[in-house]
Amino acid sequence: MLLTERERLREELIALADQFGRQRSSLMPILQEVERRHFRISEYCMQVIADLLDLHPVEVHSVVSFYSFLDESPRGQFVIRLCRTITCEMAGKDHVARQLENDLGITFGQTTPDGKFTLQWANCLGMCDQGPALLVNDQIFTRVTPERVHGILQECRQTFGVHAVAGAKER
Amino acid sequence: MKDDLVNQRVRAPKSQTVRTVEAIQYAKARGETVTLTVDGNPVEVPLGTTVLEAARKLGIRIPTLCYHDDLCLAGVCRVCVVEVVGQRTLQAACSYPITAPIEVRTHSPHVRRARRHIIDLLLSEHYGECYTCNRSVGCELQALAMEYGVDFFRFGRLARPRYEIDASSHSVVRDMNKCVLCRRCIRTCIDLQEVGVLEAIGRGNRTKVSTFLDKPLADVICINCGQCINRCPTGALRANDPTDDVWAAIDDPSKHVVIQTAPSPRAAIGECFGLPPGKALTFELNTALRRCGFDKVFDTNFAADLTIVEEGTELLLRLKRALAEGDKSVALPQFTSCSPGWVKYIEHFYPDYLDHVSSAKSPQQMFGALLKTYYAETNRLDPRDVVTVALMPCSAKKFECNRPEMCASGYKDIDYGLTTRELAKMIREAGVDLPRMPKSEFDDPFGTATGSGVIFGATGGVMEAAIRTVLELVTGTKIEDLYEHADVMPVRGFDGARYAELPIRAVGPVPPLVENLFADWDWLRGATLKVGVCHGTANAMKVMENIKAGGRFSQCHFIEFMACPGGCLGGGGQPTPTNPEIRAARANAIYAEDRSYEVRKAHENPAVVEVYRRFLTGGPCGPKSHKLLHTHYTPRGKYIA
Amino acid sequence: MTSPTTMGKLTFDAVSPGVGLKAALAQPAAAVLDRIAASGLRGRGGAGFPTSVKWSMAAEADEADKYVVCNADEGEPGTFKDRVILSEFADLVFEGMTIAARVIAARKGIVYLRAEYSYLRRHLESALASRREEGLLGKRIGGKEGFDFDIEIHMGSGSYVCGEETALIESLEGHRGEPRNRPPFPIDTGYLGHPTIVNNVETFAWVVCILEKGAEWFKSHGTVKSTGHKLFSVSGDCSRPGVYEFPMGITVAELLEEVGGQGAKAVQVGGASGQCVPASQSDRTIAYEDVPTGGSIIIFGPKRDMLEVARNFLEFFVDESCGQCTPCREGVPKLLEGVQMLQQGACSMAYLKELCSLGETMRLASKCGLGQSAPNAFVSIARDFQDEILGRTGFGRRNGSDG
Repeated sequence: MLLTERERLREELIALADQFGRQRSSLMPILQEVERRHFRISEYCMQVIADLLDLHPVEVHSVVSFYSFLDESPRGQFVIRLCRTITCEMAGKDHVARQLENDLGITFGQTTPDGKFTLQWANCLGMCDQGPALLVNDQIFTRVTPERVHGILQECRQTFGVHAVAGAKER
Repeated sequence: MKDDLVNQRVRAPKSQTVRTVEAIQYAKARGETVTLTVDGNPVEVPLGTTVLEAARKLGIRIPTLCYHDDLCLAGVCRVCVVEVVGQRTLQAACSYPITAPIEVRTHSPHVRRARRHIIDLLLSEHYGECYTCNRSVGCELQALAMEYGVDFFRFGRLARPRYEIDASSHSVVRDMNKCVLCRRCIRTCIDLQEVGVLEAIGRGNRTKVSTFLDKPLADVICINCGQCINRCPTGALRANDPTDDVWAAIDDPSKHVVIQTAPSPRAAIGECFGLPPGKALTFELNTALRRCGFDKVFDTNFAADLTIVEEGTELLLRLKRALAEGDKSVALPQFTSCSPGWVKYIEHFYPDYLDHVSSAKSPQQMFGALLKTYYAETNRLDPRDVVTVALMPCSAKKFECNRPEMCASGYKDIDYGLTTRELAKMIREAGVDLPRMPKSEFDDPFGTATGSGVIFGATGGVMEAAIRTVLELVTGTKIEDLYEHADVMPVRGFDGARYAELPIRAVGPVPPLVENLFADWDWLRGATLKVGVCHGTANAMKVMENIKAGGRFSQCHFIEFMACPGGCLGGGGQPTPTNPEIRAARANAIYAEDRSYEVRKAHENPAVVEVYRRFLTGGPCGPKSHKLLHTHYTPRGKYIA
Repeated sequence: MTSPTTMGKLTFDAVSPGVGLKAALAQPAAAVLDRIAASGLRGRGGAGFPTSVKWSMAAEADEADKYVVCNADEGEPGTFKDRVILSEFADLVFEGMTIAARVIAARKGIVYLRAEYSYLRRHLESALASRREEGLLGKRIGGKEGFDFDIEIHMGSGSYVCGEETALIESLEGHRGEPRNRPPFPIDTGYLGHPTIVNNVETFAWVVCILEKGAEWFKSHGTVKSTGHKLFSVSGDCSRPGVYEFPMGITVAELLEEVGGQGAKAVQVGGASGQCVPASQSDRTIAYEDVPTGGSIIIFGPKRDMLEVARNFLEFFVDESCGQCTPCREGVPKLLEGVQMLQQGACSMAYLKELCSLGETMRLASKCGLGQSAPNAFVSIARDFQDEILGRTGFGRRNGSDG
């Protein structure tokens, strides 16, 4: 990363710390915001956040590693989380999973080479009566069938232009 | 004084466990008592006492694993579960505060089965290679397995290790295959030491104790204090052991292998041979080391005395510039530099204050520098063939002797640092029964030491030694006339951070040792020497923040910092287990040894006087001692590359 | 995108926001507490702790800073009624929180919303905004001098265990969601060390109903120990899945009939951490004193493989255990291993018994409710479906030989 880019990132984090406050209870909101903007919480971010909140970097890393919606390594602009809980399984999530893998050319836990999509499992999305369910960023899709997978991905690709504004800052 | 430091720095709350302890203490402060029964035995305890404490009071043993006397409570291993009658589930005795007259059962069938299951579960995930483990016999998990009659692996066992061993650090080796996730190291690193290298990473059964982004220990802000090693119940953490290299040097006839022994290991090594804490084996050790094959056995105290003279002179020079010449740029207070853990701590966390740190090397390194120069010359040895070994209570000393700047003579000052535990192993390997060795003296010329050097091992010791020398140099009065038996009581004790004021009422003539540096002491007449002492880097942080905020410690002239709780006697290379009682016993042994010396002031050490006369001819802080006995520091900062 | 999931009429439909709060403001806090106590309302998250007891203990605490926390971290597999309440009756939840604040004298409320429901946030924020405009939040609520209270939304980040109240507080404070040692309890030492009540979304909504319709009305439904109505999230093999309102104490058979799940082989009551009730026990009642639930009902038809069910639940717990205490961290994977052995027909009866006994240890010795309930599904399936799970493939036959 270029030094200037680091400086800009640092400025951004200082602004976040000022917005949310520099107490420990601000850690989660700050991390969530960084994740939303940058699709990951990088090593440098963790250290700056630790510095600003008077924590040790490893404490920030520890928190990031605990929560499944916070990522150390870069994830795609769209995170597809397919529910794997029993009701969605009973409703046929395995077929949807395979179709997602086929259409994206990646397996669960991976990100497409173009950095657009990450495929992950989720534990109960709370759509048990309408499974299989999947969450794309913060948009929920229910009663997903293998046939619908293509359309959902297309929808994402189309909105990509709009969503990409905040993206591609730190890849 | 302690109150002055509370809330000095508003730090975010750390592990939840700290707050539990605070809540318990809060209840205790209310002063009410409650009577409970443990296995039918009634006992009255203050409200908020834990079940574990109550049981101990009755002499009832409850097994523990994640509990440690020095640390805040975690309640995570669940080995200490007990039945509290009326409760739906079992409770962890270590963290269950008594708030009502409860009835506790410590070994009901449910409890026994649960403990056995928990031990079985821990064993199933522990890569137990007991034959080859350096903690074997001393391992708390092994002891628990024996206590609970584990005779088979109920839930299987690991066939092969899962993690790579991290041996990147000169000081601490991490083998996470043996980790049982008791998190004592985390609590040590974050809460006790405020260093914050280790934390739990991941969740569920993928949880592991790790460093920032799983980086090698050598690459993170570890200060090498080794306190985590002392508190690890298994062999997951150990010191980086150079004994094979030391044996090789001993076995090489062309090498002249000399060892220096520090006072703290001498006061503790008996624990490795089954003796109770607090029995120093200084002179038995000399015999044992010769039988192991060391060519010469020297006393680190000699170098400690030398350090005091150098560091004391440096302090007087700084004071002269500040007080007599009015130079505002002088960095005061001066900080001690003999604890390598502390040195690395300040390099990382307060790099702006490095000019406060005395440039004097630690005794270990001063000794090494002299051995490779003065000693080699006078004994017509090629410095290349002199192998210097240091017996230290410390794991950070291993890092220190490998610092690139520590070879002013052209040779590594110290080749190998050995911990107390490692030397005990070597002695056992040589078939030597240490406690039954006849006593023998140290070798000349560095065998004479004073009581000043001995007390370096306890918190406040360096300060006391410095005061003895500085006050005597300045006042011309025997220190015994100022403090009874030369015991400078104001700086002793185990409080985390201590502050003392020592008035200088009269001054004397400048003694010959430093007459080329000072014309007179008039500028010190009527002054008050303000000193501080702290141990454990968490306390060091409080003192540093106090200084930053312009508090009382910023007014000090000299502050002793020790990285380890209790000072060197509680060092990361000392025998396990450790707790406040053990450390107090070691301190008693050290102060007893101090009292046994005829000469108890560093500058009166005849060997030190001799070195200045024959070798360090420029005197303390002179050009030669500057080259060999002083060093510089690296501002490392908190950021990890 | 999501179709409506409420089935039939709910009590909440007929309750108008504002009435309950007005009633609460018209009487002293102690009287409000008495009324909730009289109703017998118990926590709707599943544990069933009496709401009034929790509130009165927090009310007694002599501290200026107290917190009302709404646990909207609904993560239990098979539960979605909180999502429905939050999207359709958010006002009731906020009003319940405001009443709680009035009772315990809190000035700040926090909704801990799970990350998976982040799409609800905007809706909730606007509901909060309009309540502020109406003077139902903020300073001098309802014109009552000195009654200041506001609510903010705090997002979770994807962790089931944060539904445990002390883990939730840890998470709010910016830590890993690891449950705390108890005591001290949150009502005494909660968020930032201050007295805190943590209640489920549904509990707050029922408080409003109780204040509007009275404790007697509430108590007239349900059983003696489990009063009132409750929302159920019904899913699985039935013709009409969705959110239902039933009185507590309904039998499993009655419930199956209502939702079109007749002929089911088993019903998982209480989600992954609940019990699996076989058809033979369908006369059992869903109530705190018999089969407790936070509202999750998952129905398994005759063709479902119960070992697959156990496997799915245990995989869930392996992933969601916080990893702090030994019984849960190491015990759950051992149970999962046992299921895999059963699937391969490689588990002896003796080892199965050992695992059930381990389950008992986990239930007794784990640090929090997650670990304590994680073995429930496994143990009940191993107990009630032995015919189905044992003898899958005989010893040695996996290799093709007919030994």
